[in-house]
This record gives sequence, C-alpha cells and structure tokens, in this order.
Amino acid sequence: MKGNEAIAEAAIRAGCDGYFGYPITPQSEILEYLMEEKPYERTGMVVLQAESEVAAINMVYGGAGCGKRVMTSSSSPGISLKQEGLTYIAGAELPCLVVNVVRGGPGLGTIQPAQSDYFQAVKGGGHGDYRLIVLAPASVQEMADFVETGFELAFKYRNPVMILSDGAIGQMMEKVYLNPQKERSAEVPQWATTGKPATRERNIITSLELDSMKQEKFNHKLQEKYRMIEENEVRFEEFQTDDAEYLIVAYGSSARISQKALQLARAEGIKAGLLRPISLFPFPKKRLNELAGRVKGMLTVEMSAGQMVEDVMLSVCGKVPVRHFGRMGGIIPTPEEVVENLKSKIIGG
Amino acid sequence: MSEVFDPKTIIDKNNLAYSRSEVMTDNTLSYCPGCGHGTAHRILAEVIGEAGLQDKTIGVCPVGCSVLMYNFMNIDMQQAAHGRAPAVATAIKRLLPDRFVFTYQGDGDLAAIGTAETIHACNRGENILIVFVNNGIYGMTGGQMAPTTLPGMKSSTSPHGRDVKIMGNPLKMTDIIATLPGTFYVTRQSVHTPAAVRKTKKAIRKAVEYQLADKGTCFIEIVSNCPSGWKMTPVESNRWMEEHMFPYYPLGDLKVPQE
Repeated sequence: MKGNEAIAEAAIRAGCDGYFGYPITPQSEILEYLMEEKPYERTGMVVLQAESEVAAINMVYGGAGCGKRVMTSSSSPGISLKQEGLTYIAGAELPCLVVNVVRGGPGLGTIQPAQSDYFQAVKGGGHGDYRLIVLAPASVQEMADFVETGFELAFKYRNPVMILSDGAIGQMMEKVYLNPQKERSAEVPQWATTGKPATRERNIITSLELDSMKQEKFNHKLQEKYRMIEENEVRFEEFQTDDAEYLIVAYGSSARISQKALQLARAEGIKAGLLRPISLFPFPKKRLNELAGRVKGMLTVEMSAGQMVEDVMLSVCGKVPVRHFGRMGGIIPTPEEVVENLKSKIIGG
Repeated sequence: MSEVFDPKTIIDKNNLAYSRSEVMTDNTLSYCPGCGHGTAHRILAEVIGEAGLQDKTIGVCPVGCSVLMYNFMNIDMQQAAHGRAPAVATAIKRLLPDRFVFTYQGDGDLAAIGTAETIHACNRGENILIVFVNNGIYGMTGGQMAPTTLPGMKSSTSPHGRDVKIMGNPLKMTDIIATLPGTFYVTRQSVHTPAAVRKTKKAIRKAVEYQLADKGTCFIEIVSNCPSGWKMTPVESNRWMEEHMFPYYPLGDLKVPQE
C-alpha cells in the first residue's frame, strides 16, 4: 500500500468523521482513495473535495468546532494556504489532524520529496504564538499508525496535530498492518457547538478577545499547554547510541537513509549512532542534551538547507559541535553522502 | 412636581407589547445607533425562537461589525476567519445534518475576501442559510471601500468617491448567487421600516422552512445602512439608502422556488 493510501484507510478505520481536501501532488491519492472507497457508506464519514485549501481547512474548523474527528491533507504550497485556518484552529483550541506530504519549495517548487517545511510545521506556521503537535513518520506503517495517535493527541490537548511526511513516504509502497475498524465516536465534548439545549450555556468557538489582559492570560494558558505537551509527548527512536562517539540526527525519510549510513559507518569502524525524532514538536531536547555529554559531535541529515539543525543546537547548548548535511530541491541524499559528510564535517572537523 | 416614574410598575408582564426574544442574550448590542445589524439579529433570533430551533441551531459569524454576534445570540456559534463562514458552515451542516445552520456575513466578508467560499458553498447547494448584510462599506475597520461601495461613494479608501475606472465596479453578489443551480431561494430585503422588517422576517421564516425540507442554499441579502461609516445621522442614512442603494441593489426576490 502507498503511504498516502495508508493514511486514507487508517483514517476511515480510526473512526474519522470528516475529511476535507483539495488535490495537490504528491498527496492526491488520499482524496482519491477516500472517494473511491466511499467511507460515507462504510462508516458515515463525510468526504468532500473543497474549492481550495483555504476552504478545506475552514471546513475542518467548522467540523472540529462540532467536536468531530476531522482532518485535511495537502502538500507544501497547499499547507501554506492553510496557515490562516491553522492559527484560528489553534487559537480556538480545536482538535484536528492535518497531513503535510512535503515537496520541495519555495514557491511552486518541485513535486519531489523534501523536508523544507520543518520550520513552518514546528514553529507554528501562521501568525501568533501557537504550536502544532508534529509527528514525523518514517514508514508507510507509521503513516497509518500516526492517524489514530494524531487524533488521540489532538483531543487530549484540544490542539491541531500535523503529520509531517514527505513525497517519498507518501508515494512509497510497503506492507502495512491496519487496525480493525473502529466505530465513529458518539461522544460529544462539552465545549462543542451542537445546538444549545436548555440545560447548558451556549457554546462559542472563537479566537477573538478584545481585552488585552484576557488575551494575555489566554496566551499564558496556551503556553502552559505546550509545556505540558513537551513534558509528556516526546517521541523518538535510537539506533546504536550506547557506544556512539558520533550522533546522526534525522527524521522521516532522512532517518531511513541515515539507518543505512549507520551500517556503512559501523562497517568502517566508525562508532556512529542515530537519533530519530518522531515528534518534532515536542522535540527530544532533553535526550539530545544527555547524548551531547557522551558524543564528540552531531550531524543532522535533512532534505532542506538546515532547519531541524537549529533545534538540535538549542538542545545541546554548545556542548558539542553540531553540523548539518542536506540536499534540496527534491534530491534525496544517499547513505554514502551521509557517511562522507559525517567524516568531513564531524570526525575530521 | 411630576410624579416619579417607577420602571418596575411600568415593566409589568401585562403591559408588555414587545419583549426581547429569549434567543437573544441580555448583553447590550455593540452596534452604532441606527445601524441595521441589531434589527437583523433580532428578527433572526425571533424566527429561531418561534420555530423552536434554539437547541438545534448553530450560527457562524464573520469578521467585521458582527464578529461579536455570539455575544448577542443565545445559541451555539462559531466565529469564522474573514470570508470563510460558508466553508465553516458547510462542514457543520454535513456533519450535523439535522441542525439549522446559518452564516451571517457583511459585504466585505462575503463579497470580497470570501467570494470563493460563498460562490462554491452556494453552487454545491449546501443546505444552509446565508444572511448577507450589505451596507456598502467596511464598518468595523473604519469605513473603507467595500466591493459593494457605489460609484462615486466616498469612503476612507475612496476619499474622492469611488472611481470605477480605477477601483472597479460594485459587485452585485446576490445576482450572481441567484444564477447558481445550488441555490433554492435568493432574495434581497431591508430592515429600515416596520414593513421591511416584516418582509425580511418572512423571508427568514421561509429559509428556515426550506432548510428543514433539505432544499439547498437560501441566500438573503439585507441592504442596510452604516450611519458612522457614511457619516450621516440614522435618518439621513436611511434616506440615502433608499435614494442610492436601492436603485443599484433593488429589493425583491431574485430566485423563488419553482413549484
């Protein structure tokens, strides 16, 4: 199954109530799969092709405001269009799932895979102080698994969750184990707008506050929530870090390539290890800081000009040298290139 | 010495000829004196109340003067990003098809930044009511030119009057909407006289009935005034609206159900 198809099928099985999308390469299979599969007959899930990414994310806002499990997906240029909606969703504290199958930019760029939307995903992306919870799958299996995890986290924290994938994982075919079909939840969150019964006050979904003191108080509340997420939801995976002298840090597709690079490096007698952040926000800051006390240097491998490298640097607080190796424009680095850069930038550097 | 007036004895149940709809809250309206928004809110609330739909209604308010509509309506509401209300309402209605769903939008919101969302929601025939309050100006931001500002009309961004050669022509959004196959009922009304209020209330009542019967999009334009933005007294603004707005935006039904 393709990564994109896995997301679509996993959404149906996770009991998703509504998907609102707009075609863009390399993620159109998500919408195509859903339209082919007709989940409105299988589970009652609504699927709608919107007139734009802007409309799609605002449909997500509306559905999320009703307490429903709703999602959208797109690729980089389309995700830029969704930023307005995302900041409103974050400001109104609504749960939802957004999938970004990243392609190279800037502008219309390329339809080939990239990781150049890291900053946009983990630093907020739209205006105002807010964060998305960002999960980075490195396999088709994780594309499927993170749909349910994403919805769980979104509802736990009333916060938008993004699956930050890329064109390689979206298009890649792998074997995948899918969860059995879940019932769509009949539970109505107490804050949802579903029609005001006489038994409760009216529910209002908004991000507007004209009183600055109240707005600041609300901003503090959001920041507390983000700190709680940083405390509880850090996810990462380590490979051969026990005796590592050098650490590669990479997520998503780059982590897959770095795993191979690790084998090559070890075969040459280089004691390398790999840390793969799975959650990009919250970032595994603490663990990287611990490892910085043990290794001689770190190399980040990204399909970008170097974005996550800044978070790695902030995590290690100057304890060890941190360098970046990346390819851009839709080029995927080879494991050999990674080893070469590990040698030239970290070991020899 | 005249007798001291005790409101408590006057405001007696038996003396009441008019009362606030229970679908409105006790919050004081934030609109300028003479503005049509308050009246439009009230009749919408009255229709929802009379139809017994308070517990089944979800409203979507826009960015603009009516951004705080949720403070005044005693119903569940969502506040949408500028122009996006029809997209927000689309999802609400599709996920909760047995609820009564409406958007309430101004002309800047609906006919400029939200043109795409408006046209496509109407074209899909989303089973919602769109209330479009057109006063030919951006009120909340301080009286800038709107897509509906009349030729020659002054605003803070057309201080010498709207020159259509430079600034384009006013958009008759409701006329466009009426051509779309997804719409079921499209009408243009006003709320500046008791007779107009009665007509608009009747239009809203029809729209509710049509939505409950799953007929598709109902679109009600309310041509209204903006005394502050137009820099007129309420009375002057209503007269100006009759003399200038109505000829360009003529009142009446643009699309009625073919039975």
